[in-house]
Amino acid sequence: MSDVVLSVRDLSVEFATEDGVVHAVDKVSYSVKRGETLAIVGESGSGKSVSSLAVMGLIRGNNAKVTGEVHFAGQELVGLDPEEVRKLRGLQMAMIFQDPLSALHPFYTIGQQLVEAVQVHEKVSDDEANARVETMLDRVGIASAKQRMDEYPHQLSGGMRQRVMIAMALINSPDLLIADEPTTALDVTVQAQILELLRDLQKEFGTAIVLITHDLGVVADMADDVMVMYGGQAVEQSPVRELFYQPQMPYTWGLLSSIPQMHASSLKLDPIPGTPPSLINLPKGCVFAPRCTYKDKVADGLCLSERPNLLAVTDTHAARCHMSVEQRADVRRERNIGKVN
Amino acid sequence: MSTPILRVKDLQKYFPVTKGAFFKKHVGDVRAVDGISFDVYPGETLGLVGESGCGKSTAGRSMLRLLEPTGGSVEFDGKDLLAMGKRELVSMRREMQMIFQDPYSSLNPRHTVGAIIGAPFDVQGVKPDGGVMKAVQNLMERVGLNPEHYNRYPNEFSGGQRQRIGIARAIALQPKLIVCDEPVSALDVSIQAQVLNLLDDIQKEFGIAYVFVAHDLSVVRHISDRVAVMYLGKIMELTTRDQLYTAPLHPYTHALLSAVPIADPDQERARERIILTGDLPSPSNPPSGCVFSTRCWKATDRCRTEVPQLREISAGHQIACHFPEDRRIGIAPGAASGNDFTSN
Ligand SMILES: Nc1ncnc2c1ncn2[C@@H]1O[C@H](COP(=O)(O)OP(=O)(O)OP(=O)(O)O)[C@@H](O)[C@H]1O
Ligand SMILES: Nc1ncnc2c1ncn2[C@@H]1O[C@H](COP(=O)(O)OP(=O)(O)OP(=O)(O)O)[C@@H](O)[C@H]1O
Ligand code: SF4
Ligand code: SF4
Ligand SMILES: [Mg+2]
Ligand SMILES: [Mg+2]
Repeated sequence: MSDVVLSVRDLSVEFATEDGVVHAVDKVSYSVKRGETLAIVGESGSGKSVSSLAVMGLIRGNNAKVTGEVHFAGQELVGLDPEEVRKLRGLQMAMIFQDPLSALHPFYTIGQQLVEAVQVHEKVSDDEANARVETMLDRVGIASAKQRMDEYPHQLSGGMRQRVMIAMALINSPDLLIADEPTTALDVTVQAQILELLRDLQKEFGTAIVLITHDLGVVADMADDVMVMYGGQAVEQSPVRELFYQPQMPYTWGLLSSIPQMHASSLKLDPIPGTPPSLINLPKGCVFAPRCTYKDKVADGLCLSERPNLLAVTDTHAARCHMSVEQRADVRRERNIGKVN
Repeated sequence: MSTPILRVKDLQKYFPVTKGAFFKKHVGDVRAVDGISFDVYPGETLGLVGESGCGKSTAGRSMLRLLEPTGGSVEFDGKDLLAMGKRELVSMRREMQMIFQDPYSSLNPRHTVGAIIGAPFDVQGVKPDGGVMKAVQNLMERVGLNPEHYNRYPNEFSGGQRQRIGIARAIALQPKLIVCDEPVSALDVSIQAQVLNLLDDIQKEFGIAYVFVAHDLSVVRHISDRVAVMYLGKIMELTTRDQLYTAPLHPYTHALLSAVPIADPDQERARERIILTGDLPSPSNPPSGCVFSTRCWKATDRCRTEVPQLREISAGHQIACHFPEDRRIGIAPGAASGNDFTSN
């Protein structure tokens, strides 16, 4: 059996709207292995959530068009009968959302919802389901799990609700977990608890995780691989150390120099000028060109006339940029970007 | 040293908790801010940091009397703010402004940007040279907005641009103090950096003092000269930025700093972490003694009975703890980080 749990090829999502077609996701490809974490990072509106919802078969509505391939559990999910995809969801693949309240039903107790999550996929007695739920709640660090099972979502703190969500997502030991900003709404000390929990559970169950975040600290902490998204495209993909130490394209550089670093000696920020593009009228050339300060380095105005392809820099590292690999290395040296050896 | 522009002493803000549908019975208080004291000097930035619900926003509003404090005193520019009548307070607002977290809800959607930024001139009856419109367009230019967009409405601007509108309005009358409540929390990192740089530049140009309220420790480090750490309505530690981030003494500060992931995989994975257990206690029923004692790994019986007072432990370094941490935090000051682009 191959170690690759999920493999996505040229996944695109378009929405037809009154103002025109929204190219929310444009030919994204990636794969995630058992026990590993892929982080998807990017700014608001870059297509992180939509690409993951598409993988889960959760993009609906007749204004939406999903194309490309999603291989999971020996099946092709794009175009598969929605009922079949639904069966996989919650059993072999699960998702946790940024706002746990929206994913938990307010009128049912925590226990009822978790038991339901077990029994919908498997015929087990109430007693056994209850026992499993209690063990799982205990496992995610909910004290006095038995009592908590009788409580309603609003009776729990934000951190506890997120733990319940994680318990719900992992109760059937799925092969794949997609976590969409699971800690963004939480305080840092609670975030640290939740990330630690995810790491432990991943070790225990070998879950493949797709972690969506805009926090580069969380990426540095959790990811094996990283995909940077901008304007619906994957603009850079690589193992985590390479992304931070040998980043290959100007948007990634901009992101890294925009964050106030807790442990950096310099306090200067070097923001990216301008604002993210509209996904309806994407620029003809490089999607980042309107904000890029390096486009003069490329001859013939190519940045404005032609979309750069996602090109391999090494076996494991790819980026979308017309600059040559040497040019980028020069810029990194000049501007002290990443780790210059 | 110069005299403080703002002196806050034992400031308290309690929200009553009531029960009963018709005859409301007072059954307790949410002690949102429970006796905090600090000074703010002209032109400096004091960061106010802490987790959700610790009372940062309530403190920020109470010190400007946008909320009526329950107790304590606030002195602004040598005048007792809490003794002022309504009219005096309104004219005082010229000198002290506020910027809010949510650039969407803090701007009236039915007013043009020009009207919004120009409002302080009308309220205070100030007639700038060359007229209000000219002044507003200069302000727009100053904060990086296109002055020609004077007649547009807030919904035609992006989040970062709306925050610039809020900043332009706040600096219109060149106040001496601005309380900024999470001004960049709702923004994407690249836009956040633009707004932080703008706030920096404006402070340098006009010498405005900031009280900068935020939960993001990296942002607070970036902008502040001194930092106060709050927990359950109280100040746990208050000192200079460098002291706080490299040699913190309060256990809670240690826990807080160690929870922030570092955007550098090697450093992040090598460092020591303190993972706090348990949940934040309720501010309507705070623990006895030290409010942090239910989650502190050093807590003793003394901590659970005797409230540690905020005291000066060395010059300019105040903490509220019976047993300060003395070990150094993992990362030395100025440790070169892989992504420290702009240093050289
Ligand atoms: N049903 C829809 N109809 C039209 N446009 C949509 C729809 N759903 C999403 N979009 C658009 O697709 C783009 C990508 O959205 P997505 O939610 O994936 O962004 P994101 O990267 O997750 O951002 P955030 O960090 O804010 O969560 C956005 O511009 C969004 O407005
Ligand atoms: N009007 C109010 N009535 C009752 N309780 C309130 C009121 N406003 C705030 N509180 C409570 O006071 C405490 C402090 O709230 P505050 O908004 O000041 O916290 P904060 O530190 O700004 O948090 P955040 O980071 O979430 O903005 C909280 O427990 C909150 O629920
Ligand atoms: S292709 Fe051109 S515009 Fe795009 S990132 Fe590279 S240099 Fe910048
Ligand atoms: S006073 Fe005691 S409980 Fe409070 S922070 Fe200090 S050591 Fe911990
Ligand atoms: Mg999203
Ligand atoms: Mg607040």
